[in-house]
Amino acid sequence: MSIPDTVETIAINIDGVDVQVPKGINAIEAAKLHGKEVPHYCYHPKLSIAGNCRMCLIEMGMPMRDRATGDPVMDTNGEQKIGWSPKPTIGCSTNVSPGMHLRTNSTMVKEARNGVTEFLLINHPLDCPICDQAGECRLQEFSADHGRGVSRFIEDKNVKPKRTRLGPRVTLDDERCILCSRCIRFSQEVAKDDVLGFVDRGTYSTLTCYPGKELANNYSLNTVDICPVGALTSTDFRFKMRVWFLKRTNSICTESSVGSNTTVWSREGKIYRITPRQNDATNDTWMTDSGRGLFKETESENRINDYTIDGVSEDMEIVAQTAADLLQQGKVALVGSAHNSVEEQFYLKKISEYASASTNIIAKTGDGDGILLSEDRTPNLRGALLNRLITELPNAAADSIDSQIQSGAIQTLFVVNEDLTSLGISQESLAKVSIIYFGSLANQTSKVATVVIPTLTVFEKSGSLVNQNFILQQFLPAIPGPKGVISDVLMLAKIVEKMTGDTIEPVTLTMIWQELSNTIAEFKSITWQKIGDEQGIQINPRAFLDLPFVESKNLKFDPTAFKEANSTALES
Amino acid sequence: MAKTKVIERKALTWAERTYLPQILTGLKTTLSNMLKKPITLQYPEERPVIPDDYRGVPTLVKDPHGREKCVSCQLCEFVCPPKAIRITPGEVDVDNEPERAHVEKAPKEFDINMLRCIYCGLCQEVCPEEAIFLQDVFSLSGYSRDEMINKKEKLYELGGTLPDQHFKWDKKKSAEALGNSDH
Repeated sequence: MSIPDTVETIAINIDGVDVQVPKGINAIEAAKLHGKEVPHYCYHPKLSIAGNCRMCLIEMGMPMRDRATGDPVMDTNGEQKIGWSPKPTIGCSTNVSPGMHLRTNSTMVKEARNGVTEFLLINHPLDCPICDQAGECRLQEFSADHGRGVSRFIEDKNVKPKRTRLGPRVTLDDERCILCSRCIRFSQEVAKDDVLGFVDRGTYSTLTCYPGKELANNYSLNTVDICPVGALTSTDFRFKMRVWFLKRTNSICTESSVGSNTTVWSREGKIYRITPRQNDATNDTWMTDSGRGLFKETESENRINDYTIDGVSEDMEIVAQTAADLLQQGKVALVGSAHNSVEEQFYLKKISEYASASTNIIAKTGDGDGILLSEDRTPNLRGALLNRLITELPNAAADSIDSQIQSGAIQTLFVVNEDLTSLGISQESLAKVSIIYFGSLANQTSKVATVVIPTLTVFEKSGSLVNQNFILQQFLPAIPGPKGVISDVLMLAKIVEKMTGDTIEPVTLTMIWQELSNTIAEFKSITWQKIGDEQGIQINPRAFLDLPFVESKNLKFDPTAFKEANSTALES
Repeated sequence: MAKTKVIERKALTWAERTYLPQILTGLKTTLSNMLKKPITLQYPEERPVIPDDYRGVPTLVKDPHGREKCVSCQLCEFVCPPKAIRITPGEVDVDNEPERAHVEKAPKEFDINMLRCIYCGLCQEVCPEEAIFLQDVFSLSGYSRDEMINKKEKLYELGGTLPDQHFKWDKKKSAEALGNSDH
C-alpha cells in the first residue's frame, strides 16, 4: 500500500522509529505501512471497528505536557517526555495523531497477546486436522506466535453445534467461532441484509440467524472469506481439499461488467473455489456468490472438445481453412460476444473487416443489485466498443439478423458462444445459412453449424477485459483446457492467416498488445506486461460517455458521477 | 610420471609347496561352522523378528473400538517426499456411523502407491490423529502396477487395530454431554 501524495501525513513514532503516516488511519494500518504486523481478528479494513477480539493490543503514548501550564515536559536529555498509557490499548480503534508513540512488540504487548490467545483457545476445539480453514486460519497462525502450546484449562470444553446451516451456501461450525462479529458487520454494512447476530451470553454466545430468516443473500460467501477462523464454511468447498494444495491464479469475474478481481484456487487442472481479490477500484474485497460458481462450466457435460466440420472431427488447420473459405464467400454476419477478451475482439474485428461482415453483439442484461452485480451481464462490452467491433450499444434481440437471413442478405454466420435459437431465430432460418460456431459449450446453434471450433473458458486462457469503469484488467489461465484445443486468439489468428494468405508470426499476447497500442488510440502505450503489473489500467472513456449504458449506481460505479468526472477532465 | 616399484617375490618354502597347511586351516573354519547353530533363515518359511520401530509398509489403523482414525487431513499427502499418497477427502456417513458423526471427516479414498513409497516414515510422524503407521510388513509384490497401489481397504486390512492413548474424539463427545449439561 503506497501513500498517495495528496493525503496529509503526520509524524508518529513506531517502535522507536520516527515515520510519516497518512492522517486519520488507525494504529494497525500505520504499523502495516512500515512493515510491522499487529495481529487482529475482528478488525477488517473495509468494515466498521468493533474492538471486541482484543488481539491488537499495543502500547500507546503521547508527548507529555504540564497539566497546569500546557508546557512540554522535558526529560534530562532535553527531549519531550512520552506519557505512556499504563495499560495496553487496542490498535484498531486507536487513530494516529501527531507525535503519537506506539510500541507494537514490547514485553507488555506480547504478554497481552499471549493472554488473549490463551482465552480464545480455552473453548476452541482441536479441530485443525478436519478444519477447512487450516492453513489460512488467523487463529492458527497467531497461536503459533502467541500460544503456549499446551492448555492449562482442565475443565471440560464448551461444545457447541458443529453443523448449523446458516443458509444455502454457508455452514456454521459454532465452537470454532471466536465472536469477532465480522460476518455480522459485513451483513449489515455491505450486503445490507441484517440477518446475523449473537444470542446467549458469555461462553455460550452463539452466532445465529434471525428466527425465520437465513443467510441467503448473494454475498453470503464473503462472510466465509472474512471469518478469521473456520467457523463459517462454504458448503460447496467444505471438506473438498486442503488449501495448501491449491494453486492461486489471478483472474477476473465474468459474471457482470463489474469485473471483480478474483483468485482461482486449483489443483492439478481442477478448480476448487474462487475467492475475491482486493482491488479498491472495482470490488474492494468482495464478490458475489453467483460469480464463484462460474468455474463449474469448465466441467460441463456440454463442453465442445473437438474441431469438427459437419459433425466430423477434423484437423484444426483444415477447420480453419474451411472457416476462412466460408467467410470469404461474402454475405457474412458476425455475432460476436462481449464475453470475449479485448484481444479476441481485436481479431474478430479483423475477421469482420476481411470478410466485409456486419458485426453484431447480443446484449445480456439482468437486474442489478446495486452492489457488485451490475445490469450488464457481460464482462467486456466496453472492450468491444473500444475495439470498434460495435459502435452502438447492442440489443438483446436478434430480429435484424433473422430478417436478413430470410431476405438472403446473410449466407454465412460466424457465431461466438451464442445460441441463436434461444434468441428467436428458428431452426429453419438457421438451415438456410452456413454457420461457423466458435464457442466452448454445445447448444442448438452448434448442432446445426457447419464448422464448430471449440474455445477455452476464462479459466483456461489469458486475456484482458474492460469493466464498467473502463478499467482494463488482466486474467491468467488457472487450468489447462480440453486436450488439443488451442487458445481462442491463436485460432482466430489462424483463420485470419488463412483468409489473407499472410503468415502471422507466432501470436503472443505481448505482440497483440504492441499492435493494439498502435491501432487503438485509447490503448496507446499500454503493454501486456503493464496490465498485469498495475492491477488494472484506467482507459479514457471520453468517446463513449454519451452512450446509454444500462448500469445503474452500484458499489464502485455511479453513472452520473462517472460522466461528470470524465467530461470535466475533457474540458480542463 | 609415477615410478613403478617392483617388489621381489620370495620363493615358497617346502611346507608351502605341499599346500597342506592352507588346506587344513580352511577345513578348520569349515568344520567349526558345521558344528555351530546356523544363522541363516529358511525364508519365506521362516521369518525374521521385526524390531518395534521398523519402517515397513505404511498402513492405516483403527482404534480399539474398531473405528476409522484417519480424518483425511491430507498432511501425509503433503509431507510425502515421493508423492506416493493420494487422498480424496469425504464426510463421515452420519446414517451409517452416528457415533462418529462429530468427527465429520473421513477419507473417501486413500491410495498409497508402493512403487513410489520410500519407507521414510514421514507420514507416520506427521499424522495428527495417529492413524498411519509403518508396521512390520516388508515384503510386497504384485503382478501389475495397479496391484502395487494400496487402496483404503487394503491399508486397513494391513494395519489392523493398534492401542490408542488419547481417544480424542471420545473425550470430545463426553465434553459435549458434560460441558453443556448446565446450559
